[in-house]
Amino acid sequence: MGIPRALLYYEYYPLWKTFFEELGAEVVLSAKTNKKIIESGLTYCVNEACLPVKIFHGAVSDLIGKVDCVFLPRIISVAKREYICPKFSGLPDMIRSSLPNLPPVIDTEIKLRLSDKTLKEAFIYTGKFITDNIAKIIKAYHKALRAHGDFVAKTQKGVLPAQIFDGYRPPQPKGLKIAVVGHIYNLFDSYANNNLFKRLYQNDISVITPETLQTKIIDESADKLNKKLFWSFARKIMGAVIHFTQTKDIDGVMYIMSFGCGIDSFIADLCERKLKRANIPFYLLVIDEHSGEAGLDTRIEAFVDMLKRRKTNDSDLSAHG
Amino acid sequence: MIATFPHMGNIYIMVKTLFDEMGIDYVLPPKCSKKTLEIGAKYSPEMACLPLKINIGNFIESIEKGADTIFITGACGPCRFGYYAEMHREILRDLGYDAEVVALEINEKGLKDLIAKLKKLTGGKKLASLAKPLFKAYKALCMADKIDELSYQTRPLEITKGQTDKVIDDYRNKLLETKSVKETFELMRDTEQRLLNIELERKDTVKVGIVGEIYTLIEPFTNLHIEKILGNMGITAHRSLYISQWIKEHIIKQGLHIKSKKEFAVAAKPYLKTHIGGHALETIGNSVLYARGGYDGVVQIYPLTCMPEIVADGIMPAVRKDYDLPSLTLVMDEITGEAGYLTRIDAFADMLIRRKQLREEKKKNEVLLLRH
Ligand code: SF4
Ligand code: SF4
Repeated sequence: MGIPRALLYYEYYPLWKTFFEELGAEVVLSAKTNKKIIESGLTYCVNEACLPVKIFHGAVSDLIGKVDCVFLPRIISVAKREYICPKFSGLPDMIRSSLPNLPPVIDTEIKLRLSDKTLKEAFIYTGKFITDNIAKIIKAYHKALRAHGDFVAKTQKGVLPAQIFDGYRPPQPKGLKIAVVGHIYNLFDSYANNNLFKRLYQNDISVITPETLQTKIIDESADKLNKKLFWSFARKIMGAVIHFTQTKDIDGVMYIMSFGCGIDSFIADLCERKLKRANIPFYLLVIDEHSGEAGLDTRIEAFVDMLKRRKTNDSDLSAHG
Repeated sequence: MIATFPHMGNIYIMVKTLFDEMGIDYVLPPKCSKKTLEIGAKYSPEMACLPLKINIGNFIESIEKGADTIFITGACGPCRFGYYAEMHREILRDLGYDAEVVALEINEKGLKDLIAKLKKLTGGKKLASLAKPLFKAYKALCMADKIDELSYQTRPLEITKGQTDKVIDDYRNKLLETKSVKETFELMRDTEQRLLNIELERKDTVKVGIVGEIYTLIEPFTNLHIEKILGNMGITAHRSLYISQWIKEHIIKQGLHIKSKKEFAVAAKPYLKTHIGGHALETIGNSVLYARGGYDGVVQIYPLTCMPEIVADGIMPAVRKDYDLPSLTLVMDEITGEAGYLTRIDAFADMLIRRKQLREEKKKNEVLLLRH
């Protein structure tokens, strides 16, 4: 079973992996994002798409010839009365229209907008590609949910996916503390963001992300919005940022956005406005297919320097000029 | 209250009729122009989609002319449109404008919220007082759309070049001046008649379907008025989306629980299995329908960073291949100059004309061969 190491892999990998392995399938991941993956993403994917979607195309192409089938769920919504980015709903179709020699595709539809009960059905549908034993599928499903729960609990205790996926060790909490926010695949694809976490950790910067906050905190803060944010992942980012504007227990917020991202174009802007009013420094780091090479370094450094200066001056200097 | 609203193609004709009929004070936003876009782009997030930027430009231009209440429609996902009103409000607030943004939509706050907002329009009167004006407004919109469609047909076939343009320009100018609904309707009926009177050639034209994101399709400022460009090159353009038709499908039919048959969804199925927001499914489905209907090509138009249309763009190659259907994709932004788009439209049109000629010659030759 091939699973592309891209997009919601960073959110759901423990869930998917446990499920398929419980059913006796061997899970094969595409290579970690690298130059070749980005290049084939550029070849196969429509030019206008955002970097994460291009990486996804590259990751699927990396699996071709190595697996018997690929898992490309059509994820429309992951919570009741919410959505995620429309690109996810059309992903399997995009892949089918552009990648040649594709192995069979499992494109289970995940649509929890109306009812979250359909999740189980979606898993049963998926499991049937592997076995007819429904009892076994249901058992695997529950085990997978537990694995996902463990993963979420672990991150909420402060262990970042960057530690889990890349083995990075966070510094002793003595330097700056910042929040890094954005879509999870931009945060934790260390090639796409040019080893952001490693760089921050090397600078003795402690990092929290929306993933490290308790769901309750996110929910309470997000509910303060004038209108409900209907994109689940954006809601999480926004909830976290609203929370920071109240606790003010961080030195700054860095928003990682991929070039051309429709959702972040709005959310990063709204976050910036809210943080500005709370006088918390904000930095928007836009990544694209060339970020892996250079340039990011200096940009990150400049932000960090500003924060350090601000901290040593211990002043309430405006963070926004 | 001095009301205003954003432009989107013929929408202003509908809103103007509604406000005129109800006696509401309003500012008609100046026609979308480079200046509108400039203002909008300056104050909107860089990667926001074009309609949002133009909205902001419309609002600021209207506020400067005295408007204090902005009426817009809304939605609740999955596309960005559903969060437009929140963006509008935040942007205007930070700029120091205190105009109120009223989003007419059904959201998580329920029907009560919508009713309260509609009452702003009726000035506290019963909502039923909206019914008749709304009906007239909708009728005006339908007529305006019909006039557009008619002009797309007459332009490529008119014997005296420029006649259609003349009628349409005249109509557009006068429309801004009409003071009553009666005058508006008279003008439209007259325009329709003038279009019908244009003398036409009998010939088989090259036919192009226009698909893509609804705002850029409907607002001529954002598509360089492509039907006009093509029409003046002798090409018949058929636009796949009209706002009156959208209202019929999404508000009237859904309100009455009438199931509509979605031919485009069936046609799209082999390529895109489900609605993904925006008009991606229409883009793919209508392209297939155009191909099957013997059209010579399609043009897909969408704003830079438009999420659903990017998916459709990614799927188009498959449709193009299966149906041997030439297509041109125009991604609209505020940076690419008009000339850049025009050259590409020109080249595409020339190619289609040549293709058609070749096909016809081949057919003729085949007939000749058969005779021998
Ligand atoms: S949310 Fe943004 S980055 Fe993610 S797939 Fe959608 S457009 Fe791309
Ligand atoms: S359909 Fe495209 S242009 Fe319209 S709101 Fe969505 S992203 Fe923006």
